[in-house]
Amino acid sequence: MKRRTLLASAAAASILTLAAPAFAQDEPLKIGFIYVGPVGDGGWTYQHDLGRQAIEAEFGDRVETTFIESVPEGADAERALTQLALAGNKLIFATSFGFMDPVMNVAAKFPDVKFEHATGYKRADNVATYDARFYEGRAVMGTIAGRMTESNKIGYIGSFPIPEVIQGINSSFIHARKVNPEVEMKVVWAYSWFDPAKEADAAAALLAEGVDVILQHTDSTAPLAKAQEAGAIGFGQASDMAAFAPSPRVSSIIDDWSPYYIKRVGEVLDGTWQSNATWAGIGDGEVVIGEITDAVPAEVKEEALALKEQIASGEYHPFTGPLNKADGSAWLAEGETASDEDLSSMNFYVEGITAAIPQ
Amino acid sequence: MIQLVPRSEVSTLWQFLTPVLAVLATMVAGGLLFWVMGYDPVAAIKTIFWDPLFGMASSYSRPQLLVKAAPLILIASGLAIGFRAGIWNIGAEGQYIIGAICGAAVALAAYPSEGMWIFPAMVVAGAAGGWAWGMIPATLRNWFGASEILVSLMLVYVAQRVAAWMAFGPMKNPEGFGFPGSRNLQQYPSASNPELIAGTGTHWGVVAAAVAVLATWFLMSRHIRGFHIRTAGLAPRAARFAGVKPETLVAFCLGLSGALAGMAGLFEVAGPAGQITDKIGVGYGFTAIIVAFLGRLHPVGILLAGLLLALTYIGGELAQLMLNLPAATVQVFQGMMLFFLLGFDLLTRFKIQRRVVA
Repeated sequence: MKRRTLLASAAAASILTLAAPAFAQDEPLKIGFIYVGPVGDGGWTYQHDLGRQAIEAEFGDRVETTFIESVPEGADAERALTQLALAGNKLIFATSFGFMDPVMNVAAKFPDVKFEHATGYKRADNVATYDARFYEGRAVMGTIAGRMTESNKIGYIGSFPIPEVIQGINSSFIHARKVNPEVEMKVVWAYSWFDPAKEADAAAALLAEGVDVILQHTDSTAPLAKAQEAGAIGFGQASDMAAFAPSPRVSSIIDDWSPYYIKRVGEVLDGTWQSNATWAGIGDGEVVIGEITDAVPAEVKEEALALKEQIASGEYHPFTGPLNKADGSAWLAEGETASDEDLSSMNFYVEGITAAIPQ
Repeated sequence: MIQLVPRSEVSTLWQFLTPVLAVLATMVAGGLLFWVMGYDPVAAIKTIFWDPLFGMASSYSRPQLLVKAAPLILIASGLAIGFRAGIWNIGAEGQYIIGAICGAAVALAAYPSEGMWIFPAMVVAGAAGGWAWGMIPATLRNWFGASEILVSLMLVYVAQRVAAWMAFGPMKNPEGFGFPGSRNLQQYPSASNPELIAGTGTHWGVVAAAVAVLATWFLMSRHIRGFHIRTAGLAPRAARFAGVKPETLVAFCLGLSGALAGMAGLFEVAGPAGQITDKIGVGYGFTAIIVAFLGRLHPVGILLAGLLLALTYIGGELAQLMLNLPAATVQVFQGMMLFFLLGFDLLTRFKIQRRVVA
């Protein structure tokens, strides 16, 4: 921009500020996103980008969205966030755990910009956090897995041994064992959220151990492809992965960020936005169970859907006692449910899982 | 048939011109690519190369160039010395990671005590860590004749596993609710590497990069070791007659480039990055190879090339933000630059001749 036009627009801007009430509606709310992966990953980032598109569809001209994809966590994230803030974005969604400290640093420098950080735990007046109760969906998957396995061995491909993933492993296992007391759980760590080659290796390792149902907390379709070769079954993760239906993909756990994104943007537009920690699940439509295919017997499907309804209505909590930790110590007494604090720092397996969590 | 014939003399002028040509060719080829993808090529090139320097938010992005360029220059300065001697350290990324871990280890061990000694000790530990990681391929080459190219590259993957282990295990922040990653060193005054002058982006790593440029220039042009290195690269046999021990040279080059990469890692983890995570390596060690070659393995050239590569990073982000260009653009750009450079280089050293089939 030439200096002269810069001055002219600065003058125009000051006139606009004077006349703010009359013009405020015309200025679209600029919303920025930073993604940890490419929008085409077909999983985590893809679902967040669908949320961004839902915002555009809902609010039309009243908003303007941009995104920066494949931002490495760390120093680069801080710069990308600063550039989004400098470019005039007033609401910024940072959609990966590793963006946490950069978000806090940048938020301190831009007090009039609102930040939304996915899956983190640090907040400020202008930093809110949001997350989904994926473990609710895992309970449904676990029920199907427990009923469907013939070898009584189910496998779980973990990404990283962090609380969110451990919740999923425990929830799947608890519900698989509930319907099938013989079930055993094997866990393999991929140490990546998205790496088709490593995920395929992990799936192959599980299949070699006699696993015939694979759950995954990684985002590629590679484990489903491996399951297909071996005649095993699996579940879609983050997105529906319907290309593998009706089998090996017998159902899926879908992250739907749209309801939350639309709600928060609406709050910014009408001036009611406040920093808080949101942890929504099936009941709020943030965790969606993808269609359960005909590869699953009707009575199993019914059982799974009934559990889903119970969780959605709040009638049932997937972590309800009596539950012991893997080391045999007591965790939840009969009828007691896990607190959110307990869940968000979960670093132990429940009784019955024989593997150890890598430390 | 087409044949490449070595030129009897390599023009000095072309030596300097090829990097410039490579950049121009990258702009043209990149522009074409954007045009095919349906973007305005002029706007895209301008956003990448011009706006970070003189655009609207340049008061922010100009200092960021230094932040981004410093590790590249620091690492490339070390690599270039080895490359001059024909010793190929491809594993600077691994040395960078290990340096970051060793430096951070000092800080985390000292936490929460404060003291003037902590940061200097971290720098020493970072350099030592990188040096040690570089000495593995050096030792294996000297003892068993193992290729330092392969060994140093493979050790990058080992280093990444070590970083993951540290982030999830021994270095995990005890107050981090079980989440991976160490304490944030930015919030630990004695160990942090902050901006020295607010708004300039200058942290200790930038200072170190400047010193490295000067020191390597001195080494290569004024010091007997520099003479040995150059001779070894140009005429290994002659160097041997001149009393240069190849083993010493291998250890010196890999150790020095490792130490510089390790320091770069330390400055990054104590400053811009802040904490040890499983993703502490973001590719500086590999990009620095491009920087070294683009800079003609010369300290001043490396300084300019480092800044240019930093520009493509920051401009690439800006292009994503402003024009919705895909993120892979930056990598395509950097790849093209190396490709064109090597291509033009070939033509300065060789000429193309049609071979007459008898």
